[in-house]
Amino acid sequence: MPGAFDEMTLPDGSSRPGYEFLDSWLKATPPDLLALRRAEAELLFRRIGITFAVYGNTDAEERIIPFDIIPRILTKPEWTRLSRGLEQRVRALNAFLTDIYSEGEILKAGIVPPDLIYRNPYYRPEMAGLKLPYNSYIQIAGIDVVRVDADDFYVLEDNARTSSGVSYMLENREVMMRIFPDLFAEHRVAPVENYPEELLATLKSVAPPTAPEDPTVALLTPGPYNSAYYEHSFLADKLGIELVEGRDLLIRDNAVWMRTTEGPKRIDVLYRRLDDDFLDPLTFRPDSALGVPGLMNAYRAGNITLANAVGTGVADDKAVYSYMPDIVRFYFGEEPVLKNVPTWRCREADSLAYVLEHLHELVVKEVAGSGGYGMLIGPAADKKTRAAFAEKIKADPDNFIAQPTLALSTSPTFVDSGIAPRHVDLRPFVLSGADKIRIVPGGLTRVALKEGSLVVNSSQGGGTKDTWVLDQ
Amino acid sequence: MLSRTADSLFWLSRYLERADNTARIIDAASRLVAMPISYAGESNEWESALAAAGALEAFKQLYKEADRDSVIDFLAFSSLNSSSIKSCLETARNNARAVRTALTSEMWEAINAGWLDIKRYDGTKMDRPKLNEFLTRVKEACLRFDGSAYRTMLRNDVYYFSRLGVYLERADNTARILDVKYHVLLPAEAGIGGGLDYFQWSSILRSVSALTAYRWVYRESLKPWLIADLLILNEQMPRSLASCYANLSSYLDALSAAYGRQGASQRTARSIRTRLQNSRIDDVFQEIGLHEFLTDFIAENGRLGGAINAQYLV
Repeated sequence: MPGAFDEMTLPDGSSRPGYEFLDSWLKATPPDLLALRRAEAELLFRRIGITFAVYGNTDAEERIIPFDIIPRILTKPEWTRLSRGLEQRVRALNAFLTDIYSEGEILKAGIVPPDLIYRNPYYRPEMAGLKLPYNSYIQIAGIDVVRVDADDFYVLEDNARTSSGVSYMLENREVMMRIFPDLFAEHRVAPVENYPEELLATLKSVAPPTAPEDPTVALLTPGPYNSAYYEHSFLADKLGIELVEGRDLLIRDNAVWMRTTEGPKRIDVLYRRLDDDFLDPLTFRPDSALGVPGLMNAYRAGNITLANAVGTGVADDKAVYSYMPDIVRFYFGEEPVLKNVPTWRCREADSLAYVLEHLHELVVKEVAGSGGYGMLIGPAADKKTRAAFAEKIKADPDNFIAQPTLALSTSPTFVDSGIAPRHVDLRPFVLSGADKIRIVPGGLTRVALKEGSLVVNSSQGGGTKDTWVLDQ
Repeated sequence: MLSRTADSLFWLSRYLERADNTARIIDAASRLVAMPISYAGESNEWESALAAAGALEAFKQLYKEADRDSVIDFLAFSSLNSSSIKSCLETARNNARAVRTALTSEMWEAINAGWLDIKRYDGTKMDRPKLNEFLTRVKEACLRFDGSAYRTMLRNDVYYFSRLGVYLERADNTARILDVKYHVLLPAEAGIGGGLDYFQWSSILRSVSALTAYRWVYRESLKPWLIADLLILNEQMPRSLASCYANLSSYLDALSAAYGRQGASQRTARSIRTRLQNSRIDDVFQEIGLHEFLTDFIAENGRLGGAINAQYLV
């Protein structure tokens, strides 16, 4: 997209704050050396074994996500504003979930239409009236933000269910420190390596009040065939907790226990990376072999904390997303720090008409979609594709929202033709404990490697970058 | 540690040990059939190989006749045989992937590289040189894994469970190899230095890599009762039943010391070990009968597997 805001270089060719050294270093470094460093990085990733599985692609069963060796830089003032906005956003999401699963004040006040909640597939009636310790629903959130200019951050998506990618944030930094020690010497880059410690502190803080002083935490994974399994085992290892599957757990006296070689051991907090639908075959999908029969009973009895809570999906639904600015105002009486991308809800007749008429300039998404699947990028699609998509929208308008195609900012990226601008987004990870909110300075920068492409998802040819927050 | 983790480690070792063992059985059988009939005898070595690998029944459901190609395919490559070398390595690698954080990086690299290497062979056109190359690579992959486990693992329960798998599987394998050939070891059938038996006997030793060990221990020509003594009762011989049980007992004791609790598996292992320690090879042949002794041992060994499973792995 021509004229997109570049995070390193201003239109007059000078570098933006924070990028001065990197810019001149890149100009002085021969492409051969960069290629060599990139090969080194790839070797490191292969050796560590960071791989991900792409669904429906058996040949490429284990691929590594392409890594771009040029870091993406944020200055301290930029980060301070962003993290303030993230904190506000996640507090609002938690307040919203607490409210809709209890009194429903925001629905009564007519801010959010009740049917959007109660008819939402991610709304869990099982959670209604259940009081969670510390009103804590979303302990781990990955909020996707993008920039379009020097001033504003826009939230693209709130990942309030099981957001992934944090292992890449940590490994990218590890690899960068190994291959570019000299660059780190020239910048004061805030560390991210304490993320596992912060995560563990967060998880322990939300243990049931009846749990022992040092609660037992475990990570629940769907298993080795899940695309994010590498991350699950990586995190369990870093946190020093057991990586459990459903079949490792049993319910006794309404409490959760894991089967160990020394007999059953009680668990207080379950960091679950398994979707609601699969958690408990007695409550949700009866055909799920991944979950634990009776888990919901233990949960409702207050004997286990699930992180994130059950039913948080209703808050990161793309239709609910469009109400976020109002949600922030309703609970806190403050203006949102982070902007929302203007969103047309196809469920509303006027919007639907507008969307169908302007398909060529809009991005259309399924309200519950993720991973870049099931979306239409109007300007990039041909007439036939747009016409077919229009039919899909008309058949089920409630299921779609549309947004203008944002001119995502670009970041210098090392591609085959040399260093060229590519569109990026950013997923910082926000941890909300009973005591406080913790955000490690940085996040996962995803980059669309194809020229002009706006899709950064790893399943669709995106790559990643290390994200540097400068500490001065 | 999680029971599932212990179970995966235990079976990871068992499958690798089985792959290694099957590779040796194929190797020994193909040597024997390469000899003139007047030396090797007329028994169907391929059928014996299947029996030694415990795969005869499964084989017969799929094939009519046991010949070179069908047996090698079934024992080494077939995905229909869950104990074929390829299946074993694949299962082992899947297990390793599932418990990756319990392994050292050296172990993971050994099993992963071994699997990628073996995966390239599809079993077609397995002439003798290619078969040799394949079997060598299998043995090397297992050695590398075993070696990296020995050199890099912490000596804690993770290590103990992986060792238990090795020795339980190995004891079973050695007993089966002996049992399949027990008739050629019986004194009644042992001719006086007949060429036929000599090659059968050396083949048994070769299938457990013990031909040189025999000469070091006994400094004698091959005698069937000494072969049985070496593979059953000699604790110095790493593939003998006695050595396997010395190890099984010691690792099970280490586990019970770490967990502060004993159970059926410690008691079972100890009683089998005591019996092996108190046996003399003459009694095995004359009073109990070699075949009966081995059949009994295989059942007891299976019971120990069951006890370990019930005590720790579920």
